[in-house]
Parts: sequence; C-alpha cells; structure tokens
Amino acid sequence: MKLVDRSAFDVARDVNARRLSAREVTDAALAQADAVDGQVGAYLRVEYDLARAAAARVDARIASGERLALAGVPLAVKDNMCVIGTRTTCASRILEHWTAPYTATAVQRMLDAGCIPIGKANLDEFAMGSSCENSALGVTRNPYDLSRVPGGSSGGSAAAVAAREAAIGMGSDTGGSIREPGAFCNLVGFKPTYGRVSRYGLIAFASSLDQIGPLTRTVRDAAMAYDVMSGHDPMDSTSLPRAVEPASRALPTDLRGLRVGIVREFDLQALAPAMRTIYERAYAELESLGAALVDVSLPTVDYGVATYYLIAPAECSANLARFDGVRYGLRVDAADVGTMYEQTRAQGFGPEVKRRVLIGTYALSSGYYDAYYVRAQKARTLAAKDFAVAFGACDIIASPATSCPPFTLGAKSDPYSMYLMDYYTIPMSLAGVPALSVPCGWVREAQADLPLGLQLAAPHFAEPLLLGAAHAYEQATGYSARVSPAAAGSATGIEEPA
Amino acid sequence: MKATYEAVVGIECHVELKTRTKMFCGCANAFGSEPNTNVCPVCLALPGALPVPNGVAIEQTVRAGLAFGARIPAYSKFDRKNYFYPDMPKNYQISQYDMPLVQGGEVRYWLEDGTMKRCPLVRIHLEEDTGKSTHAGSGDGRIAGSLYSLVDFNRAGVPLMECVSEPALHSAADAVAYLASLRRTLMELGVSDVKMEEGSLRCDANVSVRLAGEAALGTKTEIKNMNSFRSVQRAIESEVDRQISLLERGERVVQETRGWDEANGVTHPMRSKEQAHDYRYFPDPDLVPLEIAGDDVERLRVGLPELPWERFERYTRAFGLGSKQATQLIDTPSLARYFDRVVNASSNPQQSANFVLGELSRLANDSGVAVADSKAEPEGVAELIVLVEARTVNSKIAKELLERMWRNGGSPKAIVEDEGLAQTNDADEIENLVEGVIAAHASVVADYRAGKSNVIGFLIGQAMKASRSKADPQLVSELMKKRLR
Amino acid sequence: MSEKINVRYVAKLARIALTDDEVDRFGAQLAVLLEHVEALGKLDVGAVPATAQVLELANVTRDDKPAPCLDRDTVLGQAPRTQGAFVRVPRILAE
Repeated sequence: MKLVDRSAFDVARDVNARRLSAREVTDAALAQADAVDGQVGAYLRVEYDLARAAAARVDARIASGERLALAGVPLAVKDNMCVIGTRTTCASRILEHWTAPYTATAVQRMLDAGCIPIGKANLDEFAMGSSCENSALGVTRNPYDLSRVPGGSSGGSAAAVAAREAAIGMGSDTGGSIREPGAFCNLVGFKPTYGRVSRYGLIAFASSLDQIGPLTRTVRDAAMAYDVMSGHDPMDSTSLPRAVEPASRALPTDLRGLRVGIVREFDLQALAPAMRTIYERAYAELESLGAALVDVSLPTVDYGVATYYLIAPAECSANLARFDGVRYGLRVDAADVGTMYEQTRAQGFGPEVKRRVLIGTYALSSGYYDAYYVRAQKARTLAAKDFAVAFGACDIIASPATSCPPFTLGAKSDPYSMYLMDYYTIPMSLAGVPALSVPCGWVREAQADLPLGLQLAAPHFAEPLLLGAAHAYEQATGYSARVSPAAAGSATGIEEPA
Repeated sequence: MKATYEAVVGIECHVELKTRTKMFCGCANAFGSEPNTNVCPVCLALPGALPVPNGVAIEQTVRAGLAFGARIPAYSKFDRKNYFYPDMPKNYQISQYDMPLVQGGEVRYWLEDGTMKRCPLVRIHLEEDTGKSTHAGSGDGRIAGSLYSLVDFNRAGVPLMECVSEPALHSAADAVAYLASLRRTLMELGVSDVKMEEGSLRCDANVSVRLAGEAALGTKTEIKNMNSFRSVQRAIESEVDRQISLLERGERVVQETRGWDEANGVTHPMRSKEQAHDYRYFPDPDLVPLEIAGDDVERLRVGLPELPWERFERYTRAFGLGSKQATQLIDTPSLARYFDRVVNASSNPQQSANFVLGELSRLANDSGVAVADSKAEPEGVAELIVLVEARTVNSKIAKELLERMWRNGGSPKAIVEDEGLAQTNDADEIENLVEGVIAAHASVVADYRAGKSNVIGFLIGQAMKASRSKADPQLVSELMKKRLR
Repeated sequence: MSEKINVRYVAKLARIALTDDEVDRFGAQLAVLLEHVEALGKLDVGAVPATAQVLELANVTRDDKPAPCLDRDTVLGQAPRTQGAFVRVPRILAE
C-alpha cells in the first residue's frame, strides 16, 4: 500500500510508534498533490511551507515522547475556515487576497492533535452550492470521473481525500455540503449534531445550520477526526457545553438489536431504477447485519427544501453584509461609500451568492417577513418534531444521500434543480441531528462507475451510535475500498466539457 | 381667543455601559484609546468571528430595569438590525427587537421646587455601539459636503443600553428633569459614566404638540444632535415653539428627523437616508436566548442601592433639607454617601448638609480632591459639628480644624483638647481681654465714642487675636459693646 | 404571497449593483424559487412556535474579562485604504 493510501488511523499509529515520520507522510501527500491536483483541482492553494513546518513540529513532539491522536495525518482544510497567515478566500473574488489573522477553533484542534495542513480546498463560493461549480477561483473535478463534479460545497476537501492528497478533509455542511460530496467521491462524509463542533473561524453561510465535520475514506477515520475537532468552545455561543462521548473507541461490526428507520416519504420509486436497486440492496445489507428495519414517517419532509431555501438565504443575507470593502477584502473604489458598497459586492460576489443574498433579503423585508421567514421557522419546528417522533420508533434512519450520482460539469444550469440536490440531506440539517453518508455501491453511467452514498442519521448527540452503525456497514460491504482513478494516476475524462 | 397647546415629549436615551470589555468580545471598553487598538476579529467583523454576550452587561441592564420598577421578562433574545454604515462592521447591529430585557417601568424625577413626578418607560434593551467616523474635507467636520470619512472601530461593540420613555413629558423642563433623574440613577447603580460630553449618554427627543385637553397625539418630529442637558432644554423649547407657530398659521407639522443647531438655536430637517428604513430584524442565529430566572431577578432586586429619588424623599421629608441642597448632595453619589455618614454620627442633618456642601465642597473645589477622597473622615466632621453646636469651638477655629482634618485626618475633639483650642466662654476672662484692648487703643476708643461706630470691628478683632481666636466671638462682641457704652 | 419581486428594491437593501440583465434574470429565478416556496402555505403552522435555533441552550454568556486585541498594523494592513491610524472610506451621502 502506498503511503498516500493509508488511512488516518494507520498514519497516526505508525507516526506515534516512530515507524514513520510526519515528514515522510507530508512529503508523500505534497508529491501526490503535485502529481494529481493539476487534474483534480482539489486545492485552491497547496501550503508547502505551512505543511513542512507542521510536520517538523509534529516530529519534534513525537520525539519528545508525546502521543498525538492524529500524528502526521495530512489534512485538507476547506477554504472557508481561517488558518492564521494563510489566504482564506471562500472561493470568492471578494476575499481572494485576504489573509486570516487567526485560526478557526476546529482547525486548531486538528493541528494541535498532529494533523498536517496540506492545503486550502476549493468550495462553492461561500459554501453555496452542491457541485463546487460555484467557485470563483477554480474548477474541481471528481477523482472517480474527471468529467464530473465532486459535489459541494465541500467538493475540494472531498476530492483531495478521494485523490489521496489528504487523509482527512475538513468540510462544512449547511444543507448537505459534507454528505453530498462524500457520496459523490466515495467517502464517509459526516455532519455532527449542530453545536458539537465550534463554528468560530468558519466563515458563516447560515449560522443556525452550518456545522463542520470530516470527510474521510473510512468510518474509523471520521470518528477519530470527530473526537478531535468536537467539544465546547467558549468563543462560539452555539457550541454545546456537554461532554463529547468519544466515538472512535469501540466501533461495532454488526447491527444486532439496532432499529433502522426507513422513511416512508423517501420513496425509492422516485429514483432511477439502477439507483433504486442499490438502495434496496443497502437496506437489505443493514438487515443482514442484524438490524431491524422499521417503517417511520417524517410527515413534513417534503417541505424541507422550501424551508431551507428561506432560512439559509435569510441568514446569509446578513452574514455576508460584512463584505463591504471597508475593512478588508476587495474594494471597488467609487466617489461615495454607497456606490463603493454596491460595486464591490457586484464584482466581488458570484451569481449564486447574489441570488441567495437577494432571496434572503426579500424574505426578511418589510411585509414579507411573516409570510416567508417566520413561516419557514415554524416549518423548521415541525421538521425537528418529525425527527423526535421518528426516533421514538427507531435508533437511526437510513436513506439515500443524494437523488442522483455525480453529474457532469455544467449539466445543471438551472438553480432550482441544483437546490433539489439537497432533498435528502436538508431535513437533518433543519433538525440539527447528526448524519453521514457512507459508500454503498456503484451505478454505471456513460462507461463510468459512479459512487453512491447511503445516508444514516441519528438523534442529537448519538454520534457514537451513528458512527458505529456506519462502521459495521462499511466493514461488511467494503464499497469504500475502491481507489479513485485520479489517485491511481489512471484518470480519464478530463477532456469532457467543463 | 388664543388656543392653549400642550407639548408631548418622549425621550430615547442611549447609554454606554461601564463594563471592562465590549458587549460581544474581550476588547477593552475604554474611552480615549489610540484609534483602532481596541479591536479584534469579533468587533471588526472579520470573516468567521462570532459574538459571545458579556454577562455583566446583561446583569447591569436588568439592574437598571429593576431600579425603574420594570418587568424583567422570563425570555429575551438578541436580533439583528440590518443596514449598511461604514462604522458598523457587520453591517447589522446586534440589538433587541420584540423581546427586550426590560419592559415597562417608570422614571421618578423631581423639579427644582421639589415636586416629584413619574414618567413611564416603554422598554430598555441592550445592543452594541458603532465605531466613530470623522468626516473630512468639508472644513467643519460635518458629514454634509465632506469628501471622505475616517473610521475608528474602538467604540464598535461597546455595550449600549437603550431606554425609551413613553411620550409622557409635557415640557422641556420635565424632559431635562427626567434625564437628570435617569442619569443619577444609572450613576448610582454604577452601570455607566453617563457623560454626555464623552457620548456615554446620548439622547433624542420625540416632540409633538396638541391642543390642551385633546387625547390624540399630534404629528411628531425626532430631534437629534443634542449634546448637553442645556441643549436638550433649548431644542425642545425651540421645537415646541416652531410646531405651535406652524399650527397657529394653519400649517401642518411634517413627521421628520430634525437636527438641533446649537449655534443658531433652531432645529433643521436632516437629510433622510437615501436608503429606505427596512431593517429586516430577525433573531440572531449566532446567539441563544436569554432566560432570566426569577431567583436571579430577586437577587438583583435585593442588591439594589437606595435610589436617588428615594434619597431625595428621605433628605427632604425625614431630614427637612431644601430641594436644592438635597439635589446637590444626590448629584454626587459619593458626596451623598459621605453626607449620610456625617448625619449618622452627628444626628444633625441640616448642619451636616451645610458643612458638606459648604466648607468641605469649597476645600474639594480648591484642591481638586473629592470630599469622599479627602483625609477628613465623616465621623470627624460629625464630631466637629457637635463641637460647634455645643459652642466648644467657634466658627473660625472650626474652619481651621476642618482644613487640618482635610489634609491630615484626625479627631477634631482630640486636636482641640491637645492644643487647648476650646472656645473661651468665661465672661471674666473675656472681660479682661476687652479691658486690655481698650487700654491699648485709647485713640480708637475715642473715635468710637465720637461716633465712628464701625471701628468696633477692629477692637473685637484685637480681642479675638489676644485670645488666639479661642474666645467666643459673640461674647466678645457683647462685652465690648457693653464696656464702651 | 405570490407577487412580483421588486428586485431593484431588494438589491438596494442588499447593496448589490445589478445590471438590467441581472434584474431580469434574478427576477425570473427568484420567482421560480418563490413559487416552490409557496408550498409552505399548505402547512398548518398556526399554533407552531418558530425555531430560530434547534439547540436547547440559553444564557450563554462570557465573563467580563479582557482578551487580547489585534495588533493595529494587522488591522490597518487588511484595510483597502487607510489614513494615519484610521480606515478611510469615500464620502458618506446618507444623512
């Protein structure tokens, strides 16, 4: 097994045992980025100096007798998380040249635990999108088929891990932005309970929904990353003060006694036949591992997308008001400050960001607030209640992660059809429950094998249960083991239209 | 017959809280620092930074509410108020919209003649201050005609409490008395410096007029840019006059914001913002609700100090002080506390007020040291009052003693005993002194007898001098007159 | 709820300059989204409380303790335009 193919678990174990140095792992990851990132485009910037300095520090700590949970593990950091001294752009023109003067809490925890920051990964601008195509600063391709999107918005982090340019990708998930690229890139994409991971230093899209989480090639790695990055942060008022139960210690290999809810409203008949077959098989696989499948209902689940596309834009319309050309970032000069704002934001934001800021501004504006924003907040109450009721009858919920496999770049030009990409993932975001996608098989389309993800969700704080179930499923099925062609250096499809 | 009009005034105050740190971050809340030094990712609204509320600011706001007898709702929250302005980093202000920390209540205030009145409050809420812009290029520092602005973000994020009164004040004098009482109360609570000149107290007035006896409110204007109590008084008077003149001429008052022009003594319409006021308030998703428990409210209520209006009633009713003296004492909380200790030890409120507001305040003025910070202990002052009342020392010695106590402290009684400064009340002894003076100044005595009666002051002075000021001046005067008759 | 969005007014509030083309395009796209959003009108939310935050957290505050500030050179170094110790902006027309 090549060094870059190793899991975070293996790397940390070997670096801690001094069988391997962080320097060697880092050099291998940087070399892999050099070799494949020209095609994949996972990183906006590879941070060579930062990575090597971090590796030297980790090796020194190990040499001094320390043991680090993630010693020497190469990390891709989504470029909406601040890392001191690095450019942190949100893949936006408005922050293209901005250097963060502080580090996000979650990133700091990963670095303190021994991770090596290989680079800052691409994303849909301000994390708004489901394909990574809304990046203003670069194109990212799916390592399993370079003609296709890696998913979004954490597409760069996902592609980096799938292309073996990192072992752990840090992503952020607002309506599916970790789980969907996880599914598209044959990875584990894990969004913890809202409030479990500090948002301090994560550039906000929608504050009440944003949550940081890992993208990894194995469930164990996701659990290890979660154990490190989670926990209370006094710098984030919405950070949960309760203790985190470690998820990576005891990962079961079967699902005996587990009640898995299958959501009635998520009708598999609505999917393409090849996909339906995969999910029917996935449910059967869960059952064969000892789980009891139970029928549950999320009555308001079909309102999720509408609810989400009012709440998230409303919050983002205020969150993005700070990008005004006054204190940092892009300024387009003008004779008066009002024109300066309007030109700066016109040139600094891409179309999807403008769309969402406009819809959010509208939903909050005088005369529409009650009809749109308040109604969406009430619908959110119902969405949360749906889950509370369903989790009375089951321990976890299983569903498709996406409604289609990775699509070709440029295939979805209509904003609303892109919004529907998040149909399966949004309800869990609205309810704030932990959810992940885990590889569950392949569909063949246009001579390519395309990965699909199974979404599992659990009640608030039940991360250990959720990760345990995913681990058992992964160990029994092994879909995640297939290496991406891009990582193996045998990629095709780059010629396809962008 | 000329109609009679009634003014209707409501006051909105912004009060900067005196916390160590800002409302949502750990930067210093300090006036007068070097520009752009008290700033961090949070108050500069750097990407990714998040607010965490200052617990002391919340507590201070609740205490202010309790001091005004207001209701503290069990549930409160912060909202975002959205509008763009260069000195407001997030381009929204974290404020409170429909669920303020404090609801209702009233400010009790009194007029110069001591009449106690009440003005109900609508609410008090907590928000964050903006930075400060300096407008350049217009020559006069004003925004109109300026070419550019320079921004200092030190003040951005300082906790700001907004107190909104009902439109229940009916004259400029009431408005100023209301403000004075609000200010005294907040000072007594120690929650703010409440200095208008430093901007830690800022106020706007809503002014309308209506025919006396009418129930409906007239069209109001909002007056801004008032920088002192005196400008509040003048601005309201001027605006009330302007509105009455309009109505008298059969014209209408236009609802608008007007700025007070101190130099010319008039209000001007202010150019309205080009942008519509559509603030799009919504609950701040970066913050969680505030649920103030009844027990906590009770704890804070019990811990309230005596409030200025309560003190005023005690001073005027129980102590019998005049309104002016009572107000003077109350206006400096440390002086009032000092006074209370003097009274406590002397049991003589009137003389205590006279001493504290007279000689002691003069010494304070001369030295620049507050009475409460001087070496003169209130108990010592009380001792002195007792000595004066018992005519153990005369006023001249009393003054000297006070000066010594101011500098060095100590017990006046002990000083008097140690140095034999007790007043001489012995008629025989004083008669001897008088005889001596008359013998030594025969020509002056002759002048007196010839009708120059004012020279008696000189003779009395000589006798006092001979006694080393210890003689009872009244007795000296009496005996001198008797002897010369 | 259904009516035409005044895109120019909304863009003014959001402080984003739009070309005429953008006004038309965004107007049409937002109209499509709002059409879908209308579906929420079918939900019976009369007695349902609004959820701003799914957390059951309250009273998260910090102690009134000073924390380090940013170095002024860092602050001013980020600003597109400065003058002396200040951040400089073009003239303010409002008020």
